[in-house]
Amino acid sequence: MVANAWTDKEFDVRLGRVLRAGVLLAAIVVSFGGVVYLVRHGHAVPEYHVFRGEPGDLRSVSGVVSDAWSLSGRGLIQLGLLLLIGTPVARVLFSVVGFLEQRNWMYVAITLFVLALLAYGLMNG
Amino acid sequence: MTILAFSAVLGLASFAAGLLGAMTGLGGGFVIIPLLVVAFGVDIRYAIGASLLSVIATSSGAAAAYVREGFSNIKLGMVLEIATTIGALSGAMLAAHIPTQELAIVFGLVLLCSAYLSGHRARETAGGAAPDRLAVALQLDSTYPTPEGPRLYHVRHIPIGFGLMYMAGVLSGLLGIGSGAVKVLSMDQAMRLPFKVSTTTSNFMIGVTAAASAGVYLHRGYIDPGLGMPVVLGVLAGSMLGARLLNDASTRWLRVIFVWVIVALACEMLYSGVTGQV
Repeated sequence: MVANAWTDKEFDVRLGRVLRAGVLLAAIVVSFGGVVYLVRHGHAVPEYHVFRGEPGDLRSVSGVVSDAWSLSGRGLIQLGLLLLIGTPVARVLFSVVGFLEQRNWMYVAITLFVLALLAYGLMNG
Repeated sequence: MTILAFSAVLGLASFAAGLLGAMTGLGGGFVIIPLLVVAFGVDIRYAIGASLLSVIATSSGAAAAYVREGFSNIKLGMVLEIATTIGALSGAMLAAHIPTQELAIVFGLVLLCSAYLSGHRARETAGGAAPDRLAVALQLDSTYPTPEGPRLYHVRHIPIGFGLMYMAGVLSGLLGIGSGAVKVLSMDQAMRLPFKVSTTTSNFMIGVTAAASAGVYLHRGYIDPGLGMPVVLGVLAGSMLGARLLNDASTRWLRVIFVWVIVALACEMLYSGVTGQV
C-alpha cells in the first residue's frame, strides 16, 4: 500500500491553498460589486417576498461575465458568487492533477467522473 | 427598508450565524434559510440559493484550518462525492417540482433531526477489526495522527455509507443545506471511521456537494446577487472569526443555546409551511 504512504497530507496542504485563494478572490470581487450595487441602488426597496427568478443574463456563466465586464454591480457580485461556486470545482480539478502525478489511474478516473458531474450541473442545470 | 439597510442587517445576521456555526462546529448554513424566510420575508427559493452559497463559503474557508490537522481521507471523500453529487443534482431537480409550503415543512423536519443528532453525539465506534475487501480494493484504509503516533483505521460497510451519502446529497440539493450531520453520521456510525476523520472528510465533501446543486440553482434563477452579497460576506467573516475563537471548553453552553435556536427556527418553519405563509 505505497499509495497510502503520503496520507493525503502534502496533497491536502496544496488543496487547502487553492481553496483559500478561491474564497479570497470571490470575496474581493463580491465586495467590489457590492459597493457598486449599493452606491447605485442602495436607496431602492428590495422585493424578495415575491419570487420572479433572475433575469436570463444572470443565469449563465457567459451572461454573468458580460454583465460584470460592463461593470454592472449585480453582474460583478454574480461573478464573485460564480468564483465561489467554482472553488470546490477547482479543488476537484487539482485532485485530478495530484492523482495523475501519483499515476493512480483508478483515482484519476473517479475524480474525473466527479468533475464531469459538477460540469454537468454548471453547464446544463 | 431600503436595499442599503436590508443589506447591512442581513450581513450582520449572517455574521452572527457564521460565528456561532463555526464556534459550535454545527455550521451556520442551515440558519440562513429560516432567517431569510421567517425574519426577512424572502421567498424560500431565493433563500435556498443564498444558503447554498454560504455553505460553500464556510466549508471552503474552514478547510484551511482542517488541513493543518491532517485528518481528512481524500480518497474516501472522492469516492463518496460520486454519491453526494449525483444526489445533489437529483435533489436540485426535484426541488423545482415541490410546492414551497412542502419544502418549508421538509426543511423544518430535517432541521429538527439535525438538532437532535448534534445534541446526541454518538460514542467513538472505530474498532480494530479485520480489513474490508472493498476498502482494500479502493485503497481507502488510512491512518490518523494520535499523541502516540499515527494509528491505522479500516473503512467498513462502504455500500451502506454510499447509499446514505446519496441521501445526504439529495437533502443538500433539495434544501440548500450542507447535510453535515447526515454525512458525519454515515461515516462514523455506518462506516466506522474515527470521529475526527469523519468531521474533516465531511467538511471536505460539503463544498463539492453544494457546488453541484448551486449550478442547477443558478440556471434556474434562484441565486440573487443582492441576497448573496451580504450573506456570503457576513457568513465568511463570522466563520473565520469563529474558527479563531474556537475553544472546546467554553463552547458547550454555546452549543446548547445554538441547538435551541435551531429548534425554534425549525418550529417556525413548520408553522409557516403548514399555515401556507411561505
